[in-house]
Amino acid sequence: MTKISADQVTYIAGLARLSLDPDEVDRMARDMDRILEWVATLEELDTSDITPTAHAIELETPVREDEAAPALDPEVAVSNAPRHVGTAFSVPKVLEGEEG
Amino acid sequence: MVDAFAGLVEQRDALASGSCSSRELVDAALERHAATHVRLNAVVHSRGERAQRDADEADARRASGKVLSALDGVAIVLKDNMVMRGEPTTCSSRILEGYSSPFDACVVERLQAAGAVVLGAANMDEFAMGSSTENTIHGVAHNPWDLERTCGGSSGGSAASVSAGIVGGALGSDTGGSIRQPASFCGVTGLKPTYGRVSRWGLVAFASSLDQIGTFTHSAADAALLLETIAGHDPRDSTSIPEPVPQYSEGLDGDVEGLTIGLPKEYFDVSGGDPEVLERVRAGVADLEAAGAKVVEVSLPRTRYGVPAYYLIANAEASSNLARFDGARYGRRAEGVADYQQMYERSRSEGFGDEVKRRIMLGTYVLSAGYFDAYYKKAQQVRTLLRDDFDAAFSQCDVIATPTSPETAFALGEKIDDPVSMYLSDIYTVSANLAGIPGISVPCGLTGGLPVGLQLLGRVLDEGRLLRVADAYQRRTDHHLVHPPEFA
Repeated sequence: MTKISADQVTYIAGLARLSLDPDEVDRMARDMDRILEWVATLEELDTSDITPTAHAIELETPVREDEAAPALDPEVAVSNAPRHVGTAFSVPKVLEGEEG
Repeated sequence: MVDAFAGLVEQRDALASGSCSSRELVDAALERHAATHVRLNAVVHSRGERAQRDADEADARRASGKVLSALDGVAIVLKDNMVMRGEPTTCSSRILEGYSSPFDACVVERLQAAGAVVLGAANMDEFAMGSSTENTIHGVAHNPWDLERTCGGSSGGSAASVSAGIVGGALGSDTGGSIRQPASFCGVTGLKPTYGRVSRWGLVAFASSLDQIGTFTHSAADAALLLETIAGHDPRDSTSIPEPVPQYSEGLDGDVEGLTIGLPKEYFDVSGGDPEVLERVRAGVADLEAAGAKVVEVSLPRTRYGVPAYYLIANAEASSNLARFDGARYGRRAEGVADYQQMYERSRSEGFGDEVKRRIMLGTYVLSAGYFDAYYKKAQQVRTLLRDDFDAAFSQCDVIATPTSPETAFALGEKIDDPVSMYLSDIYTVSANLAGIPGISVPCGLTGGLPVGLQLLGRVLDEGRLLRVADAYQRRTDHHLVHPPEFA
């Protein structure tokens, strides 16, 4: 049985763009252990030749003509942003150097 | 004026006969919401005067002979994960506080095209992750049958709003049982259609291969009306099924003669199931048998693997879907962040609740390098086996009858610190999502003063038959007409 370490939790949190405080890391490791132990019951089933199902209902990927159609007004599209400048989303600077 | 518990069919008839107006229906719903809000916390956003204005327009249409549909002027509650232009949508999450949608969900467009009045949005578990409507920034929702108990989840507020007679119809979303389980706990009729039957455009995504919008009503006849209004192909949802929508209402003939009902032996033999619940469900099946249906035993041997497989697939998909909450484009951004990395991490950590974080972490873990095959691919293979089980069962019967939940509504707080026990609350419902098939929960009696749900499962796109069987049952029984004493 895999045991989730605090380092693993911190690594996964980084991938998920979450920052957890030390208490949360401990709790998360405990919860994840318990849940992974529970899902390990799936190992009882032999699935070696079984095709995975991604979608229950098989549909062909729909295609359509590439035609211009009305879209959200850019001013409306940015209206929910925590910060925007004109019709652009405003975020902290991504590259070193110039002020963001 | 009609009774608070009048269903959609009764409201339609009252509007048509002129015995009440849409404005009266909407005013009554708003008043009932206001009078019950402190106790139930079912509806977390009321459209108030805007709903009244929509009702006045419905009355004006009716006066000039331009009624749009059977639902013209009837009040409907959305779940708070369905967007409506100019209205807030929070998904019960801090990260969406202050969000106001710039567009309408497909189901909102269709309700409005039919003239239905959107009354507001109902409480839910954060991002639909939960089975008790306790994981919510709006405060827990309460079960109208016992205020100390959960109304189920994640669409608990939608179920409670119908159960307590606020509205005759509400929408919910069902990823692993989130319509059927709260319908069962609150004593109302809850329908999860076939995956792809109702467009997910404008439904905030949880697990895209499982999510499906459906209905809460007092009866199957009402569910038929509501489903035929919201169902149908929508090119904006690439998984929407391009098949015509039957007029479900017209197929309700009360006839179950010659129908074969399969009882999966594993569902009546899972340890931990409440024997009283099983007894009510068996009695419900016996009523259908007395009406001319044939009952056979079937087997769904891999049922117990449904919840863990569901849990892995749903949370893998959720970890990807919830990546869009980045603090940049909409939703909450943490204060005083120095760079974009901090903006992501702090906005998300402050914005998401514990259960959502736990699921994002699990989902990210099972998709990460080295674990993909052991967890995600394995779960998708188990999904194939569960689908095979249903195919085999449906070769012997037309519908499958099961308990909706192994128990009646549990106490608030009882499972909140025990995630696995909370997840197992969905043991009888998740397989339908994994297989994409439709399911309906109908009230089949009380035990200990709490409602029990009978679940009927059907083949893909066989909603018509499910509704016909559920309606036939409700024509012969009155469990769906029993209302919570405190609100009756």
